[in-house]
Amino acid sequence: MDLLNISSTALYAAFVLYLIATFFFGATIRDKRTDNKKGISAKIAMTLTVLGFLAQLVYFITRWMASGHAPVSNMFEFLTFLGMALVLAFIIIYSYYKLSFLGLFALPIAMIIIAYASMFPTELAPLVPSLQSHWLYIHVTTVALGQGILGISFVVGLMYLIKQIDQTVKSKQRSWLEFVLYLLFVLIGFVVITTTFNAVNYNASFEYQSGTETLVTEYHLPAIAGPNQGTLITEDIMEPWFETPSWFQGGDAGRKFNTVIWSLIAGSVIYLITRLILRKRIGAVIQPLLKNVKADLLDEIEYRSVAIGFPVFTLGGLIFASIWAEIAWGRFWGWDPKEVWALITWFFYAAYLHLRLSRGWHGEKSAWLAVIGFGIIMFNLIVVNLVLAGLHSYA
Amino acid sequence: MKEIKCECGHVNPLGTVLCESCGKPIEGNQHIDGNDDEKLLNMRYDGTARRSKTYNKSWIDRVWSFFSSVKVGIWLIVLALVASMIGTIFPQEMYIPANAPNRDPAVFYEEQYGIPGLIYFQLGFHNLYSSWWFMVLIALIGISLVICSLDRFVPLFKALRNQKPKKHKSFLSRQRLFSETDFVTDHDMETVKKQLRKRRYKITEENGHILAEKGRFSRWGPYVNHIGLIIILLAAILRSTPLFYMNEYVWVREGDIEVLPETNGEYYIENKDFILETHDENDERFREAITQEGVVASNFQTDVIVYKANRPIPGAEPELEPIAEDSIRMNQPLEFDGYELYQSGYQLNEFSNMTFKIHETTDSDEEALASFTVDLRNPESEFELESGFRVVLDQYYPDYYLDDDGEPASETNFPRNPAFVFLVYPPNSESAEVSFLGIGRNIDATGENEYKIGIQDFEMHDVSGLTFKYDRSLPFFGIGAAIFMIGVIQGMYWQHRRLWIQRKKDGSLLMAAHTNKNWFGLKKDIEIVIENTNVNMVTDQQELEEKVE
Ligand code: HEM
Repeated sequence: MDLLNISSTALYAAFVLYLIATFFFGATIRDKRTDNKKGISAKIAMTLTVLGFLAQLVYFITRWMASGHAPVSNMFEFLTFLGMALVLAFIIIYSYYKLSFLGLFALPIAMIIIAYASMFPTELAPLVPSLQSHWLYIHVTTVALGQGILGISFVVGLMYLIKQIDQTVKSKQRSWLEFVLYLLFVLIGFVVITTTFNAVNYNASFEYQSGTETLVTEYHLPAIAGPNQGTLITEDIMEPWFETPSWFQGGDAGRKFNTVIWSLIAGSVIYLITRLILRKRIGAVIQPLLKNVKADLLDEIEYRSVAIGFPVFTLGGLIFASIWAEIAWGRFWGWDPKEVWALITWFFYAAYLHLRLSRGWHGEKSAWLAVIGFGIIMFNLIVVNLVLAGLHSYA
Repeated sequence: MKEIKCECGHVNPLGTVLCESCGKPIEGNQHIDGNDDEKLLNMRYDGTARRSKTYNKSWIDRVWSFFSSVKVGIWLIVLALVASMIGTIFPQEMYIPANAPNRDPAVFYEEQYGIPGLIYFQLGFHNLYSSWWFMVLIALIGISLVICSLDRFVPLFKALRNQKPKKHKSFLSRQRLFSETDFVTDHDMETVKKQLRKRRYKITEENGHILAEKGRFSRWGPYVNHIGLIIILLAAILRSTPLFYMNEYVWVREGDIEVLPETNGEYYIENKDFILETHDENDERFREAITQEGVVASNFQTDVIVYKANRPIPGAEPELEPIAEDSIRMNQPLEFDGYELYQSGYQLNEFSNMTFKIHETTDSDEEALASFTVDLRNPESEFELESGFRVVLDQYYPDYYLDDDGEPASETNFPRNPAFVFLVYPPNSESAEVSFLGIGRNIDATGENEYKIGIQDFEMHDVSGLTFKYDRSLPFFGIGAAIFMIGVIQGMYWQHRRLWIQRKKDGSLLMAAHTNKNWFGLKKDIEIVIENTNVNMVTDQQELEEKVE
């Protein structure tokens, strides 16, 4: 077996281990004790999580050996690493607070991210000159670690909201919470729909005009939105219903926009089916699981993960990033959209920390902020890459 | 009244909320920190007197109060955040794509994005981050940061230095973590103290009153990090002056020596060779990706020599003395004498010169009657040839294309696709034949020309685009960033924990504790400290409060 095979098998193994670990974390729910002495299922769950993390480490190292550069250079590799960082952050936070319920929520989020990652091209890609720098590894790994830790604050904030928001009366909070959960379904929808059409090898080629060049793009999902001013080349295949507006920037805007549409459709369908089966809001279904957790403790863990993640993110996302930009382009800051969104993220968490100085912002308000904060991180990862082109557009 | 005397005897400055020494709430000032209706005391700044909350008569007081409000600070941060977002809706002017049909911002935004684009441009959002109001916003954040920090740091520092182990009962019972125990033995007390020391608490004792404290230095974290931010802002101001920052872009052709700008003619650069390499398509590892995505560059490199000019006689041609010879690559800039050169762009295959020959239109062998060479960067306008021909270069389009009106024009000034209009005067003739010539084009406008011009030979070169700069503000940014990091880590990864223990003569004991963050950790500390003693575990009164609701 060559290195690359070992690598992808290890990643797969990690995914499966996380999945099983989640079930064991689920089993701890019946465990009424919220003190440090945990039952056997928590121990098994944690062991599996650590094993999964080690498997992912094997993936990382073998892929590095296979390509000759640290596997953090494209969307697949970065997102996978982010999932890994989230698990690492979970292990760290768990070892301090020993809160098993956290695993029940953190691992699925990590798994969604890893599954999402594997929908992007997974081949080893050579590095363009600007990426050939040790600072690439240092910058990207630190950013991912910071985002992983901040991701825990999102997970805990979400748990807080699910636990605290009254599901019996209609309210804005209840609807927004359900909306956040729905977005997770959209990510799952993306994974499902992409996997399905990949399995049948769907392919539609378009020719389109980009500035003065004529380019060809390949759709792997039926085209609902075709490229701007594009013509379908493949025969006997669904014609696009409409064109992608011209203000979507970046290479392949049409294909990416089409993927978003499909994810929304697939996510909505899965969400609706789930609702039909459960006959309850998703929030209401999960709420009872969190009965035995103290809201106060959730609030504190959420705040601490921001407190720990903020310096790491600053170091990776702003300081190391600037050092690399200085060496590569001779300017440490260039107001490139990706850079600006890192700054926005930083401003946001700075505002969060200052708001926490006043007691009125503890609890639910701050949980919303933690959720929004991670939303900004994901926005930077997904939307900025797809819609706003820049030096960083990975995929 | 200038000062407030507490019943413990300590004299506090005006505006104090909790006595600096014993912590007793000072009547009439409780509204300042919002303690009125609360069971728990707000311990944020240990109830110290802050200028902003004490004086508000003169306009200075009001400005001070305004900027020292965290609320205002947060608003400023949020405004900067929203402004930054707006700047990413459409590309900034410098990121208008190179292949856009029209890169003039006045046209580009409307053409690409319609009315919203036009509004965006007219509001100046295409240069948002260098707009005056964005700068003002950042400056306000800086001012707010300084005033806010001063307002709190000084009193907090004094209060933490003045604090006494002996605290008023109402101070203790209104802490978030609090417990009462009816009877505690001397032995238990020793155990508690020993455990506290073991957990690295510093213990101060006064008549059976104990203050155990650790991690006070972490309270200074925010002030340290704010100093770092200020240094960064100051560095940004320095960088806007030419003394600290210079940035130029130079194009150098292979084989050429160019003077480096902004050096008073002191430095010259020679481009020996530009090299573009690509990843091997047959590389086992990357074959799949390369087939899908196309060829990927692996190296951009310019081999250069940097010269220093010596001018023994002012105004004379300089003598160039090589001082550095190196390869500049992406991620590997060249440094010399405080300057830096970066590989930033390239242009492949420009024409250096073209050699033409003249032959008779009817001659199928195209035998050359005369030939001449045009230097495409510096074309002569007239050529006298040996055989009596005279050629005038009437029009020269270095980068030829047909414009919207179908007229020939030049897209750039670089000889990438040269085209020419030549006037050919045959020997002893005063009337010229007109020839239009370009790559793949040879047009005889009248169809009656006796002589024809053809391209005989040409030479090509590459051009390197190099960023030439110095940035002497970088050390200041570095120092600022380092101080910021030290400050945040200091404030975030350590916490200030305090425990107050009061043991009365009858053996009863009060215990209260406070931390600025990580209550979970503090509770764990207390659990360990009171293990195997009679002391009651503290209750979290904030939690109790919640349960009542
Ligand atoms: C982008 C700018 C800023 C950043 C990144 C920043 C960062 C921080 C950080 C990380 C903390 C520590 C928070 C904690 O320990 O929980 C802090 C505390 C603080 N900041 Fe800022 N800050 C900024 C701007 C400001 C401004 C404009 C003000 C003025 C109103 C301000 C006032 C404060 C105060 C009063 C504290 C609390 C100090 C204490 O705990 O004793 N900050 N800041």
